Amino acid sequence: MAEPIIRLTGLTKHFGGGENEVAALNDINIEIQRGEIFGVIGLSGAGKSTLVRCINLLERPTTGSVVVDGKEMTALSPKELRQARKSIGMIFQGFNLLMQRTALDNICFPMELAGKPRKEAVARARELLEIVDLASKENAYPAQLSGGQKQRIAIARTLAMDPQVLLCDEATSALDPKTTRDILRLIQDINKRLGITVVVITHEMKVIEEICSRVAILDHGNLAETGTVEEVFASPKSEAGRRLVYPDGVPYEMLRQEAHTARVIRVAFNGGTAYQPLIASLAIDCGVKANILGADTRNIDGRAFGTMLLGLPEDETQVAKAMAYIRSQKDITVEEVPDYHE
Amino acid sequence: MSEKLIELLMSWGINERLATSQVEYLAGYTVPFAIWETIYTTVLATLFAYVIGLPLGIILVTGEKAGIRPLPAALMKVLNTIVNLLRSVPFLILMVCVAPLSRLIVGTSIGTVASIVPLTLAAAPFVARVVESSLREMDRGVIEAAQSMGCSPWEIVTKVMLPECRPSLITGLTTATITILSYGAMAGTIGGGGLGAMALLRGHGRQETVVLYIAVIFLVVLVQIIQSIGTAVAVKTDRRIQHTQTKRRKGK
Ligand SMILES: Nc1ncnc2c1ncn2[C@@H]1O[C@H](COP(=O)(O)OP(=O)(O)OP(=O)(O)O)[C@@H](O)[C@H]1O
Ligand SMILES: [Mg+2]
Repeated sequence: MAEPIIRLTGLTKHFGGGENEVAALNDINIEIQRGEIFGVIGLSGAGKSTLVRCINLLERPTTGSVVVDGKEMTALSPKELRQARKSIGMIFQGFNLLMQRTALDNICFPMELAGKPRKEAVARARELLEIVDLASKENAYPAQLSGGQKQRIAIARTLAMDPQVLLCDEATSALDPKTTRDILRLIQDINKRLGITVVVITHEMKVIEEICSRVAILDHGNLAETGTVEEVFASPKSEAGRRLVYPDGVPYEMLRQEAHTARVIRVAFNGGTAYQPLIASLAIDCGVKANILGADTRNIDGRAFGTMLLGLPEDETQVAKAMAYIRSQKDITVEEVPDYHE
Repeated sequence: MSEKLIELLMSWGINERLATSQVEYLAGYTVPFAIWETIYTTVLATLFAYVIGLPLGIILVTGEKAGIRPLPAALMKVLNTIVNLLRSVPFLILMVCVAPLSRLIVGTSIGTVASIVPLTLAAAPFVARVVESSLREMDRGVIEAAQSMGCSPWEIVTKVMLPECRPSLITGLTTATITILSYGAMAGTIGGGGLGAMALLRGHGRQETVVLYIAVIFLVVLVQIIQSIGTAVAVKTDRRIQHTQTKRRKGK
């Protein structure tokens, strides 16, 4: 395989120090190939933004290496880093346009930094306005544009840098579904036409499905899994992956394939002991490792009500032991679920 | 003409001596000259206050730990303390204290020109805080976008922060100018000229009430004019506002 354009190795990021230390990223290893659209998905707080900001070093990693286009970003001097950033475009959820400049002048901004003569810059900006389909808005100020239009201008602005890579941090999260689709189309189009590598950060499965070729799943700062979108969506291997792909619960068939969860039982609590002690005593007293697949219980004055689905190992004797143990508890009923479908 | 005025003043119960001296005083070029002195002291002091205060205000924001160009914490502490110290000294006292400095810079410690030195010194930290608070309104995301495009700290300040905060900076400039104008009115105590001195020395000192009121009225008018122009420019040039709907407003 060709040399990846982005390679993150052993990337770790901690915020704060002492007691308040937050590990936002733990030992992340990702390779992103030239020309692909790579997705990073995870729940809120998973560390997605931190990850993408480590790529252009808006956030300096605590440890690990970030190589973009052959350059070790963490080793660059401030000046070299600024130079390197000029080939990494970034768009944001909040658009971040310059409010006191017209659409055209926003697009001219990076060219101004690069010292391009005004005439050439304006000509190029007009071309880019065509590409993002907003030629009629060149003299509008951002306050006069809709969210989708603002994001188009922001995209045109990064394209003015002639970037190798485009980083999108929740670029469509503030937009309605139709506008989201339009912007995603535009990003896809740019990727195809200009060969720009795109990294898409999102918490929406739809966005990944729509345009990404490969995806990484982040979970509490850990890389839960990576793979092609088809692979990951067809059979997510990690707990986090399953939660994302099946937000309403995992189909029974999939659970069966798991080595340790072959049988499913439903436990109903009718006001007896809370459920944590039950799982713990199952493990300690019976040596049975139960896997909570789903729970809808609530604690009222320390007493549990509701139902819970537990996954048990295939082993017949273990299942029998677990069932017997649970039956012996007060105010708990249990039954095996022969064919569990969500 | 002046006889009629003297009679008018006397009909208000002012004695002849005071009425005559006031009318004579006001009949000359003293009032226009006082206005001129007030304006040029204010303009020069504001200018010099910004020469010091603008960079200082920028540094107070950018030099922070989380700023775009962090400076040593000790240095920031020193700057903040100096600003606070200068701001906490009452202007009258500061004016007397900096007399040696005035002598050093302009060769004298009394008079209109000399009053520009304490004015500048008192206003610079005020200006620094005004600039600081304007720049703090800056959207962090926009600065980040600029950083992601490879902007240097200098470029961020000159091409992003200052232009983006322009309306707020203009509002701040208006406030600063008016504050300096009112400080300047106290400069009469060290022999400075202007409307303030006119009100203080002639009006209050010699109980020439009419002179006092006229000076105050002109000060009020000047403040009104500065405020109206400042607000109008700030609003007019703010691109976040859609002007098609806003009607022309007369000064408040
Ligand atoms: N500057 C910071 N200082 C301290 N903690 C931070 C900082 N930035 C992020 N964090 C923490 O790091 C973790 C990851 O945050 P991050 O913003 O990367 O999440 P995210 O996946 O982008 O979430 P969202 O989908 O809500 O944007 C969170 O626990 C957050 O509180
Ligand atoms: Mg985020």
